[in-house]
Amino acid sequence: MTDPDIPSAYVRDKRTPPPTREELRARIPGWGADLDPADRPSYPKLQYPADTGAHWDFPERQPGGEGRERSIEHAFVTPVFGTAQPLRGLSGGVRRFAYRRFSEGRLAHWLLLIVGDRIDAWGSHLRSFASRRPDVPASGLRSELTHGGLRSRRGRSDARHQVLDPVVVAGPWVAGAAVTYTGVRRLVRVLRR
Amino acid sequence: MRAMVYRGPYAVRVEEKDVPRIEHPNDAILRVTLAAICGSDLHLYHGLMPDTRIGHTFGHEFIGVVEQVGSSVQHLQVGDRVMVPFNISCGSCWFCARGLYSNCHNVNPNATAVGGIYGYSHTTGGYDGGQAQYVRVPFADVGPVRIPDWMHDEDAVLLTDAAATGYFGAQLGGIAEGDTVVVLGAGPVGLIAAQSSWLMGAGRVIVVDHLQERLEKARTMAYAEVLDYDEHDDVVVELKKQTDFLGADVVIEAVGAEAHGNLLQHVTGTKLKLQGGSPVALNWAIDGVRKGGTVSVVGAYGPIPNAVKFGDALNKGLTLRMNQTPVKRQWPRMFEHVRNGHLTPRAMVTHRFPLEDVAEAYHVFSAKLDGCIKPLILPSAA
Ligand SMILES: NC(=O)c1ccc[n+]([C@@H]2O[C@H](COP(=O)([O-])OP(=O)(O)OC[C@H]3O[C@@H](n4cnc5c(N)ncnc54)[C@H](O)[C@@H]3O)[C@@H](O)[C@H]2O)c1
Ligand SMILES: [Zn+2]
Ligand SMILES: [Zn+2]
Repeated sequence: MTDPDIPSAYVRDKRTPPPTREELRARIPGWGADLDPADRPSYPKLQYPADTGAHWDFPERQPGGEGRERSIEHAFVTPVFGTAQPLRGLSGGVRRFAYRRFSEGRLAHWLLLIVGDRIDAWGSHLRSFASRRPDVPASGLRSELTHGGLRSRRGRSDARHQVLDPVVVAGPWVAGAAVTYTGVRRLVRVLRR
Repeated sequence: MRAMVYRGPYAVRVEEKDVPRIEHPNDAILRVTLAAICGSDLHLYHGLMPDTRIGHTFGHEFIGVVEQVGSSVQHLQVGDRVMVPFNISCGSCWFCARGLYSNCHNVNPNATAVGGIYGYSHTTGGYDGGQAQYVRVPFADVGPVRIPDWMHDEDAVLLTDAAATGYFGAQLGGIAEGDTVVVLGAGPVGLIAAQSSWLMGAGRVIVVDHLQERLEKARTMAYAEVLDYDEHDDVVVELKKQTDFLGADVVIEAVGAEAHGNLLQHVTGTKLKLQGGSPVALNWAIDGVRKGGTVSVVGAYGPIPNAVKFGDALNKGLTLRMNQTPVKRQWPRMFEHVRNGHLTPRAMVTHRFPLEDVAEAYHVFSAKLDGCIKPLILPSAA
C-alpha cells in the first residue's frame, strides 16, 4: 500500500471514487440523462441535420449589396447582410479602408476599426451637444440610487476595478473638454491680434 | 418604434426608430414580446467589440409574434409566437449543412471568422437586435421555432442563448461518468453549464465566482460545490488542493472578456482595450484542468489577440474546445430537459425592466448591482 499522505496525482489509481449512480440520481434531478454521448445534440461536431428549413441551394441575394463593405476573406458580399447604420462620414472612410485593405488576420484591420469607433463616438457626441438630447459619459447611473449601488458593492474585489470606471469613462470627456477649451482660447487670441 | 440604442462606451438610451422592413424574400418582421440582456452585450456596452456603430440596437435574446413575412417564407405565419436563436443562419452553406449554425458563411459579409448575430455590432453582420419593439429576422424558415404551449416565456427567451450556451459548454467538455467538472463563472451561462454537467454524468461540480448571490444560486439551483475566488490568494492552487493535486478533468470557462481576478489583465484587456478582453479565466482554466484534460470555452472574446498561456496548454496535452453556440441544434433535447425540470433557465431571472429603462438595466447588470443575475427587457411596457 502506498503512503496515504501521497495525493492521487503522484500514484497510479488512487482517486476517491465519485458517489454511486443511485446517490447522484437521488440528489440531482436528471443526473445522467445525457450520459450517452449520442444523446448530446452537439455530438459529433459535424452532423448533417435532417432538415434545416432551407428550401434553396444558395439563397436569393438581398438587393443593395453593391459597394457594401466586406471582409476581403469573403468571395463577395454575402447574399444576406445587415443594413443597420451604413458607413458614413470620416468614421465610415476609416472603416471602409480597414475592410478594403486588411484581412481579418491583420491587427491593423481591427485597430483601424477601433479608431473608426472612436471617431464615430466623438462625432456623435459633438452632434448631440447641439441637439435636445446631449450625450452623457455614462448612462443608467440613476440605478446606483434605486438599485443599491453602495450596498451591492460591499466587500467585492472587483469594486477595486470599478473604481477605474469613472476614470476610463470620464477621462476622455475631461481631456476632450480641456483640448476644446485651450483650442478655443488660442483661436480667440489669434483673432484678437 | 422604440429601441435601445448605443451612444458610445457605457452609454445607451431609448430612441424612436423606423420599424424594420422586409429586405429579403425570406425575412420576417417580429413584434418583440420579451427580450434579455446577455453577458455578451456587456462586451459591446464596454466598447470591446470593434465596429460597434453609434445608433446600433443590441439584443440577441428575444421572443415575439410574427408581424409580417417575406414572399418566400413557408414555415411561419403572421401571428405565430416564436423564439429566435441568436445565430442568424442560412441553413444551406457548407457549415449550416453540417449543423454549425453559429458558423454560417452566408450572413456576415463583415467577417468570415464569426457568423451572423442579431444586434452584435457590424463585426457580426450589422443587424439591429431585439431590444426593441420590432426586429428583422432573416431566414425566417431556418431559425425561428414556434414556442411550445407548455413553455414559459421566460424559459423560451433564455433558451435563445444563455441556457443553450450553458448546455453546449458542458457538451464541449466531453464529460465522462464520474468526472470532476469546474465551471468558471456563475452567470446565467455558467449556472446552466453546471446543471448540464450533471446530466452528462459528472461526479463532482465546482462553480467558481466571487459574487455571493450567484454562488448561492449555484448551490441551490445546480447542486454544486462553490468556490469564492476572493477568499483565496490563488484560486488555482485551491483547485489543485481540492482535486488531490490532479486538477479538474474538465473546466468550463463561462466568464469571457470581462474577467476579474488579475488587475493587469483586467486593465489591459477591458479598460485600455489592448487585448481582445481579459483572459484571466481562460488562463485559470488552462492552469486548473488536469494534464490530458479538456477546457471548454464559451466565454466570448474580441478579435484582437489575448495574452493566453498557450505553452502550458501544449505542455499539459489539453483538448481545447470552443464555439459560439449553434442554438437551434440544442433545442429538441433541451426542450425535454426544461419540461422535465432538469434544466431551469427562468430560475435565474432576477430583474424585469421596461424598455424605457434600458439604460438602468445595462448599468445594473454590468455593475452587478442588487443581486442581478439575469435582467429581462419588456418592450410592450414602453
Ligand atoms: N459562446 C457563446 O455562444 C456565448 C453565448 C452567450 C454568452 N457567451 C459568453 O459567456 C460569458 C458569460 O455570459 P453570462 O451571460 O453568464 O455573463 P455574466 O457577466 O452574467 O457572468 C460572468 C460571471 O463571471 C464572473 N467572473 C468574473 N471574473 C471571473 C473569474 N476570473 N473567474 C470566475 N468567475 C469570474 C462574474 O462575477 C460573473 O458572475 C460571456 O463572455 C458571454 O459573452 C458566449
Ligand atoms: Zn449572448
Ligand atoms: Zn449558413
